Amino acid sequence: MGVPPPSSTTAREPVIEVRSVVQKFGPQTVLNGLDFTVHAGDTFIIMGGSGCGKSSLLKLLIGARKPTEGSIRVFGEEITTMGSSDLERIRRRYGMLFQSGALLQSLTIEENVALPLVEHTGLPRDLVDTVVKMKLEQVGLTGHGHKKPAQISGGMKKRAALARALALDPSLLFSDEPTAGLDPIMTAVVDDLTQKLTLKIGATAVVVTHDMASVFRIGTQIIMLGTGERQGKIVAQGTPEEIRANPDPVVQQFIRGEIAPGGDAAAGDLYRETLLSSSP
Amino acid sequence: MKDGWRGYFGLCGSLLYWLLVAPFQGKPYRMAQVFAQTVRIGVQAVPMNALTSLTIGAVLAMQVAAELRKMGAESLVPSLVASSLIKELAPLITAIIVIGRSGSAVTAELGTMKVSEEIEALEVMAIPPMSYLVVPKFWAMTVMMPLLTVFSIYIGMFGGWLIAWSALDMSAAFFISRALDYVELRDVAIGLLKSTVFGVLVVTIACHTGLTVSGGAEGVGRATTRSVVISLLAVFAANAVLTAIFFF
Repeated sequence: MGVPPPSSTTAREPVIEVRSVVQKFGPQTVLNGLDFTVHAGDTFIIMGGSGCGKSSLLKLLIGARKPTEGSIRVFGEEITTMGSSDLERIRRRYGMLFQSGALLQSLTIEENVALPLVEHTGLPRDLVDTVVKMKLEQVGLTGHGHKKPAQISGGMKKRAALARALALDPSLLFSDEPTAGLDPIMTAVVDDLTQKLTLKIGATAVVVTHDMASVFRIGTQIIMLGTGERQGKIVAQGTPEEIRANPDPVVQQFIRGEIAPGGDAAAGDLYRETLLSSSP
Repeated sequence: MKDGWRGYFGLCGSLLYWLLVAPFQGKPYRMAQVFAQTVRIGVQAVPMNALTSLTIGAVLAMQVAAELRKMGAESLVPSLVASSLIKELAPLITAIIVIGRSGSAVTAELGTMKVSEEIEALEVMAIPPMSYLVVPKFWAMTVMMPLLTVFSIYIGMFGGWLIAWSALDMSAAFFISRALDYVELRDVAIGLLKSTVFGVLVVTIACHTGLTVSGGAEGVGRATTRSVVISLLAVFAANAVLTAIFFF
């Protein structure tokens, strides 16, 4: 909140380049010919209805899966043909905030945040402790570091996971539904933290969400994936203002969160049909 | 990681890399994790292993003594108890206890980590789950299984002696000397080899089953049951094969 988004994408270097990406599971095409570029400094939002392929796309971007067709370049390197050791090297520049937090339950919050530092930096223990303390302070979890993930609330878990994701000051932060299950205040807190902290370390953020408040609060570039007949295709792309002004009834309906908006029954039916046809 | 036999052998291949090659490529074992797993898998199994071995040793002595008494050969009780424990019972009892107590726990732990995205989180943090989770469990299980077996032999022998002492008035010195008369170093080696093989089977099956869990909490439950069943069958089959190899 209050942090101005980058004004232009043209002058900034591309961090992620997705070209003609297709993802199929058996006969089902989940992602269908995606083309987009994420530029340095963007908070890039991937949104869309349930089953549109948001999570599948995120798994491709983090290298957890290979696409059926197409190319994904991250930091200028093709990751779809990369071996595991090269992928590990690229991933050291990633931070990832999972929907569930995915904190290791066997470790304390401090140990979770310290894990990437201990594994990848070779810093002395006292310096690691200092960094951990600083990261926990940034997300407002001072005094909770000794607790296990099971002992803290959902919002605190998300903030702890954010502290861990940003522990190595990554160049690229991925967030999968970072505000799912949070109340509106905590949603704003997590959004605000994500935006401020990524800006502070100069990171690019890729956020998968269908929380419209978050989309327009933190997004600088947005793509919306379609369902039904337009399954896995980009149905809208642009800045928050461009998305708001998009004339596509499916996009407008999704933004407003209305199944059958007044005076636009056709659009309501269209969205309902696309949702139903995409259900398994 | 893939399910089924191909996935299992894939895990074993990857494990071999992390055990034999990775340490020479600047990826050392995580000794703190190995130690923690050794305590969880091995040390904490000691009380249960002791109680089971004590009762098995005592029951074995009673059964053997009852038959040998008819032939007036009670003095053979120590050697029969020792021989049975060292070559067969102690490795098997220990394996069964470790499967039920630790193998199932390993599968449940890894399965829960899989469904709660913790495994994926490790991968995205460029921390290989094989190195962070599987290798420490492998060393803990493979080292602790023979040690628990040796412990089981001692406690089983003690149980056997308690019966020999109370029912046959056999002194501890006599019991030990008679047992040692008939036990060869080869028997001990066979017992320890068996327990090591059992340890490798149990930990690889438990880890593979855990890492291939799907379907949430229900999936974790199913995987844990599958892990125990497959491990038991594998251990019994391996025991039969190894016994046959050394018998002929």
